[in-house]
Amino acid sequence: MSYFVNEKGYYGDFGGAYIPEMLYPNVEELRLNYLKIINEEGFQKEFQQLLKDYVGRPSPLYLAKRLSKKYNANIFLKREDLNHTGAHKINNTVGQILLAERLGKRRIIAETGAGQHGVATATVCALRGLECVVYMGEVDIKRQAPNVARMKMLGATVIPATSGSKTLKDATNEAMRDWINNPFDTHYIIGSAVGPHPYPAMVALFQSIISEETKKQLMEQTGSDQPDYVLACVGGGSNALGMFYHFIDDEKVKLIAVEAAGRGVSSGFSAATTTLGKEGVLHGSRSILMQTHDGQVVEPHSVSAGLDYPGIGPQHAHLFKTGRGQYVSITDDESLDAGLLLTQLEGIIPAIESAHALAYLEKMTFSGGENVVVCLSGRGDKDMDTYMKHFNF
Amino acid sequence: MSRLKQLFQEKKNILSIYYTAGYPSLGDTITIAEELERCGADLLEIGFPYSDPVADGPIIQASSKIALDNGMDLKLLFQQLKDLRRTVSIPILLMGYVNPMLQYGVEEFCKSCAEVGVDGCIVPDLPMVEYEELYASVFAQYRLSNIFLVTPQTSPERIQKIDGLSNGFIYLLSSSATTGQNLSISDTTEAYFSRIAHLKLNNPTIIGFGISSKETFDKACQYAGGAIIGSAFVKSLDATDLKGSIQKFMKVFKPEVEQLS
Ligand SMILES: Cc1ncc(COP(=O)(O)O)c(C=O)c1O
Repeated sequence: MSYFVNEKGYYGDFGGAYIPEMLYPNVEELRLNYLKIINEEGFQKEFQQLLKDYVGRPSPLYLAKRLSKKYNANIFLKREDLNHTGAHKINNTVGQILLAERLGKRRIIAETGAGQHGVATATVCALRGLECVVYMGEVDIKRQAPNVARMKMLGATVIPATSGSKTLKDATNEAMRDWINNPFDTHYIIGSAVGPHPYPAMVALFQSIISEETKKQLMEQTGSDQPDYVLACVGGGSNALGMFYHFIDDEKVKLIAVEAAGRGVSSGFSAATTTLGKEGVLHGSRSILMQTHDGQVVEPHSVSAGLDYPGIGPQHAHLFKTGRGQYVSITDDESLDAGLLLTQLEGIIPAIESAHALAYLEKMTFSGGENVVVCLSGRGDKDMDTYMKHFNF
Repeated sequence: MSRLKQLFQEKKNILSIYYTAGYPSLGDTITIAEELERCGADLLEIGFPYSDPVADGPIIQASSKIALDNGMDLKLLFQQLKDLRRTVSIPILLMGYVNPMLQYGVEEFCKSCAEVGVDGCIVPDLPMVEYEELYASVFAQYRLSNIFLVTPQTSPERIQKIDGLSNGFIYLLSSSATTGQNLSISDTTEAYFSRIAHLKLNNPTIIGFGISSKETFDKACQYAGGAIIGSAFVKSLDATDLKGSIQKFMKVFKPEVEQLS
């Protein structure tokens, strides 16, 4: 069985490009060119150079000793939080900006939830001198204020999405509308492994550096490049696919994807897509999404803006349906507690998104020798307000 | 002969009106259809609302949201349309996004359309390949037309392919845009319209998106079989005087129709 995309743009039953005709020329241009461009020597040279000198890769694989002791396993943290701009999102934006330049685009648009992808996009636009417009839900603008200020300082225009739940899904709608209305000079940098083909495949490819490095680092540190478990949080699923990528075909490695349960999966305030969702189409691909009987998208909830999304990327839907990945969920409170725990045991304040992955360690049982890698997708600076309110600091 | 074919054979300057089912009030669907026909509309597109209409501008986003809040869904829409053909004789298309249709079941959807006398549908985010491979035979079985969109950026080869898959008309977008913007016909738009006219397609064309005035309507009719008005009509609807607002709107486009009330 293949867990990767086929030539028609599908992962098993999921994927495709469910887009209106207005988006077809741009998406088709990307589909026909992205692999060719990415595989060019010049692209690779510039991409690798930027990842090294600008992003600060490779990101460390850190054996968290006190956390390991607590859970009775060797817990390694893949430190995407140490990347420039503070999350894994920059791996993708560096790749896509180089691609956009080679496609002759001068204007960049993006959606953002937590603001990490918006910041990562505004950053590479500043770096290359391209115009940048970021759509962000009105609710997220309030709860991720530091990132809004960062984007503005970087020269981006931040446009509030005021429809629907005013979060990530609505920001994505607005970005797609922008692209429809600007068919010539604009490239849409989607921030997660979602959207019409080839986006999910392209974003996963740019994020695959996470597992590529992890394998090497594990080999150096443990003498084996095969961990027992890898864990990552899933919003749309880009850090998780980056963390899973080079382990997907090695069935001995267990893949655990952690979704946001919000206030609890049956509370009506949740973003646990695989538990609550059904198959359907959202944002250009056939996948699993939270929806009513009539196919209306249900508004999700999570304390973490980056996980507050009613769908998952099509490759995740496939990994879930085939059973290759285990999809679990963690509540708002559990994630915040896990964030505090990591901070006080290891001196690392994680993004609340990443704290969801950490929180699942609490629910696993280990016998002592297992090697476990958790993708620490981002740092918690942007979340201080939420942490402060929750813990009364 | 199908209602759509007949319409295009018999009429020029076809005026097609889009409105959202369930807006302004849940029970207005049939009233609006009847009144529009009476006031001279030649073709109707009834929108089934979706929570995330990415191809739509603010006006249809808002009417869709109100319709959903009012309780509109496909099941109810087909119930409302049950006796449609007793009072409405012009062709009717349903327009909406693919996900509600998938959840209803594509075959069920086609069957329901055929049962109530709907002539076809427009589903902008249903890709051509998926339609061709998975659904074209079901559409054919129930004698439904699937209407495709074409933009100024659609390649000639793709337009030919679309023409081959179409059996009603082709929906020409005046520009790549979300719904509800004002069409300004520039030299390049005119060049595009005449380029299409010269392709000698098998299917007739109608121009849509951004038609809001009599002037833009007339202009569009120079290049195509007719034009579609959506946002401008939806915006003009007045819940407190529904029929009055429809008559007022239609008078501009069909002044020759006598407006009895
Ligand atoms: C730190 C961090 N982790 C995870 C996510 C979730 O995105 P994805 O599932 O694409 O990795 C986000 C999104 O904003 C994020 O900022």
